[in-house]
Amino acid sequence: MKKIILGLILFLLVAFLPLGYNIYTGKKAYIPVIKAPEDKKECVENVFIMRKRHNIVLEKWRDASVRHGIKKYVSLNGTYKISLTGTCLGCHSDKTQFCDRCHDYAGVKPRCWDCHNIPDKVAEK
Amino acid sequence: MNRRDFLKITGILAIGAASHQTAMILLSSEVKGDQAKKKRWAMAISFSACVKREGCRDCIDNCHLIHNVPEFTDNKDKIQWIWSSHYESVFGEQTNMFTKGMLKNLSILCLCNHCENPPCVKVCPTKATWKNKDGIIMIDYHRCIGCRYCMAACPYDARSFNWKDPKPFIKEINRDFPTRAKGVVEKCNFCEERITQGLLPACVEACPEKALTFGDLNDPESDISRLLKTRFSIQRKPHLGTDPKVFYLF
Repeated sequence: MKKIILGLILFLLVAFLPLGYNIYTGKKAYIPVIKAPEDKKECVENVFIMRKRHNIVLEKWRDASVRHGIKKYVSLNGTYKISLTGTCLGCHSDKTQFCDRCHDYAGVKPRCWDCHNIPDKVAEK
Repeated sequence: MNRRDFLKITGILAIGAASHQTAMILLSSEVKGDQAKKKRWAMAISFSACVKREGCRDCIDNCHLIHNVPEFTDNKDKIQWIWSSHYESVFGEQTNMFTKGMLKNLSILCLCNHCENPPCVKVCPTKATWKNKDGIIMIDYHRCIGCRYCMAACPYDARSFNWKDPKPFIKEINRDFPTRAKGVVEKCNFCEERITQGLLPACVEACPEKALTFGDLNDPESDISRLLKTRFSIQRKPHLGTDPKVFYLF
């Protein structure tokens, strides 16, 4: 019985170690902060849609542009050219401060950049 | 319900069904009208104009620059959207004992033929390659799984496979066009991205001798339609029934 309780305590200690560590270092309520472009007010869609569903918007863009030859996107905010490098990165010019912040935090690894160009990196080359 | 009401309702329903049918017929004729507006892009390559400048690679270089086509040093990895080859390998079935000597040094420009009946499209298991509404054979690199069935199916050798990550082998990246990743098949897209902007394909634009003519076969007044009506032309491997849309003029 003693052994079991000792084991349980040890297990709980190990299990809650990350939480304790984050409380100790003051990172408990950490949320990644992204740098939105300062001179632009609206994205292609409402900010709540973009925050939650930007991946779906991008998938729609991909299918529209590649498979159906639709190159323009019309939303309530205006008409936009369907282009990841041109339109998205045109405003969100610093990918490391925008896309990567959340993706790294959430452990998401989108494969967009295997092919699509990042303007800064192209310039470096 | 009495007999009179029953007949009334049946009559109304019959009229409704009939009008629905008429509407469908009218609608479908509208769709047909829309189809007539579709393009059928094609290209004509003039031998006599193309050979004028020996060793000219302007069309190839311009295409490969615009589309971020890598230049591999090893021939096995080679990726090509447009290339030149010997007469015999291009028109193998149209040779005789004299052409061998006469056309020995003639190099002929090759690219994807954008066939009317594309064998590559039939074999693709993921529908990553398809014929778009204007007859261009497209590849969706998002969907390509790299099985290379299309490469085996293409009788013109128009497709190349990315055995390696192509990015380090691209001399100068064109920001406005995506690159490709390791493990996908790629080929000429008839400059679909340029045509939608009203531009001519990159190779046509680059040719200093105006040897390449591009246009719409559905438009009888287009340059290419007029050219093909007046000059003798041949296609690659026409016996296969693919109906290529690249024509070679003498």
